[in-house]
Amino acid sequence: MKKEKKMTLTLPVEEYAGSGNLACQGCGAGLAMRYVLKAMGPRTVLCIPACCWAVIDGPFPHSSLSVPIYHCAFEAAASTATGVKAGLEMVGDDKTTVVAWAGDGGTFDIGLQALSGAAERNDDILYVCYDNEAYMNTGIQRSSATPYGAWTTTTPVKFFKNQPKKDINAIMAAHRIPYQATASISYPEDLFKKAKKAKDIKGTRFLHIYAPCPTGWKSRPEDAVKLGRMVIQNCIFPLYEIEYGEKYTLNIKVKDKKPINDYLKLQGRFRHLKPDDIRTMQEEVDRNWARLLKKCEGS
Amino acid sequence: MKKVMMGNHALSYGAMLSRAQVIAAYPITPQTQVVELLSEMCADKTLDAKFIKVESEHSAMAACIGASITGARTFTATSAQGLALMHELLHWASGGRLPVVMGNINRSMAPGWSIWSDQNDSLSQRDTGWMQFYCASNQEVLDTVIQAFKVSEALAIPSMVILDAFTLSHTYEVVDIPDKAKVDEYLPPFKPPYRLTPDDPHAFNGLTSPEHYFELRYKLQKDMEKVPALIEETGREYEKLFGRYLGLVDDYLCDDAEIILVTSGTAGYTARVAVDELRGSGVKAGNLRMKVFRPFPFEVVQRILMRAKKVAVVDRNISYGHHGIFAQEVKSALYGQAGDIPVFGFIAGLGGRDITPASFREVVDYTLSHDTPEDNILWIGVKK
Repeated sequence: MKKEKKMTLTLPVEEYAGSGNLACQGCGAGLAMRYVLKAMGPRTVLCIPACCWAVIDGPFPHSSLSVPIYHCAFEAAASTATGVKAGLEMVGDDKTTVVAWAGDGGTFDIGLQALSGAAERNDDILYVCYDNEAYMNTGIQRSSATPYGAWTTTTPVKFFKNQPKKDINAIMAAHRIPYQATASISYPEDLFKKAKKAKDIKGTRFLHIYAPCPTGWKSRPEDAVKLGRMVIQNCIFPLYEIEYGEKYTLNIKVKDKKPINDYLKLQGRFRHLKPDDIRTMQEEVDRNWARLLKKCEGS
Repeated sequence: MKKVMMGNHALSYGAMLSRAQVIAAYPITPQTQVVELLSEMCADKTLDAKFIKVESEHSAMAACIGASITGARTFTATSAQGLALMHELLHWASGGRLPVVMGNINRSMAPGWSIWSDQNDSLSQRDTGWMQFYCASNQEVLDTVIQAFKVSEALAIPSMVILDAFTLSHTYEVVDIPDKAKVDEYLPPFKPPYRLTPDDPHAFNGLTSPEHYFELRYKLQKDMEKVPALIEETGREYEKLFGRYLGLVDDYLCDDAEIILVTSGTAGYTARVAVDELRGSGVKAGNLRMKVFRPFPFEVVQRILMRAKKVAVVDRNISYGHHGIFAQEVKSALYGQAGDIPVFGFIAGLGGRDITPASFREVVDYTLSHDTPEDNILWIGVKK
């Protein structure tokens, strides 16, 4: 008789994100929340500004998450979280992890001042940015996290976004915070490990999670996980960690770097691009990748 | 214990005696001494609180909101542009029913840059759902902070304690500092019925459909309507413990007055010099100093003003395209009341121009010599 094989679970079975939420089909942000909460556990408080998750959780008086949420002003995720942490400590709770949970608009754009303030003070919060590369909740408008070349409703195909994506991780590194990392919903074990590590560090921690958005990217819902994997393998969104703004660790050392074409082809937001435009994008990806490798080697 | 202190420090002492637990603030002239003293008090443990030195007033209010929802008592202070920057968050505090208490030093809004006093900063926040207390002495500032926490926490409505730039914020007066143990008796620890905690997880402020939103606002208004009675009740309680009554208004010689000057802030005390002079010359004058502006104390204002033959309101503010704001509100309070008392609306002292006894003499001379005002706004001291 053949020996019975047992599968090892790589993530805890406990769920803190319930079904019946309002996410679109194939939503990367939904998976991001599910995995992060598995790492955080029940002693967690979320501060959620205006973003898809302000809706995904469900309307008053419902909530699909089993941890408490404070829905806060758009530009105030970090500063509200700072206040929540201070308040909890003053009422005798120094165990709870306070998580600011914001989209790319709330992080790269309108919430950047509050985030910078909290990071400079090294306030004891975990800031998670789930990045779907545009204002998806309001109907796909460009943000400073939107990549070069992308169509959005405010960057029509004739005038597609012609500025590169803002390097939020370099900005956060300049604050010398104890821990920051990039992650993708398609590498759940890596994401879980980073969230867990961040949980146990004191001070400002920053997680930047790549969260595909089929609705906004004009891609198929069933491709969401695939896109989240391709983006690592073509080095558009490398997985790495930074400690105290200096020590860089590359988590996936891509040896056979894929060209970006296949990734672009799966998304309607890049359909209009001409070979020259794609070459421009590829060159930018190559430059960014080389720069990152240098930083990782140097630390 | 008595101490000579500036108005700004009276705010700090008020917050300290109230045992504020989280303070988040950003510096702005003329508020700075409020937070300077509080940061010293936190450093030397006179006050057991966390002081968050935020990067803007916007973050100051956001942090106060975050702390308040966990059940911590929170305080901040600001002025003018800082208050304007907080505007959106003021709605988050009141709509979220969080009893944050904030000191605001009345400073004129830029442009042009001005650090001197008028009331347009706080009155621009009239409809945000905050209570507003306008103070006229440093003693009143300190006492009102303590009372504001009590009323705010009882009804889950935030409060603004307001004082004039320089004429109060930087003016030194003798202030009786209440005994800490007695303040504890008056103001027990903040224990809200709902708070943000993993022990009892809820989602606060989620997407609220037309099915529910209306009722939340109705409840805020209904609780606002309870404020006047509660201020009088807690004011009497304060008087029993500390010998000073804290009411909705402060009336001076109004009982038999034929002409009543309505004022707010420090201008109220200047008005009394004019009232005394008038009394000396046989004119029955009085002064009604408005202490609480939101909620508007309709009943007491009606009761006092109904006895007069003429009412003169002196506003250190303006609603452009309308009138002085206290004048508007006094008129609305008197609408439909018997007597059809003429209300004279004066505007004086914008941008910190001094309001002197001579200003009030001008107000009185005009009011006595006219049956009704010739214009909706009567300007005092403006170079036309």
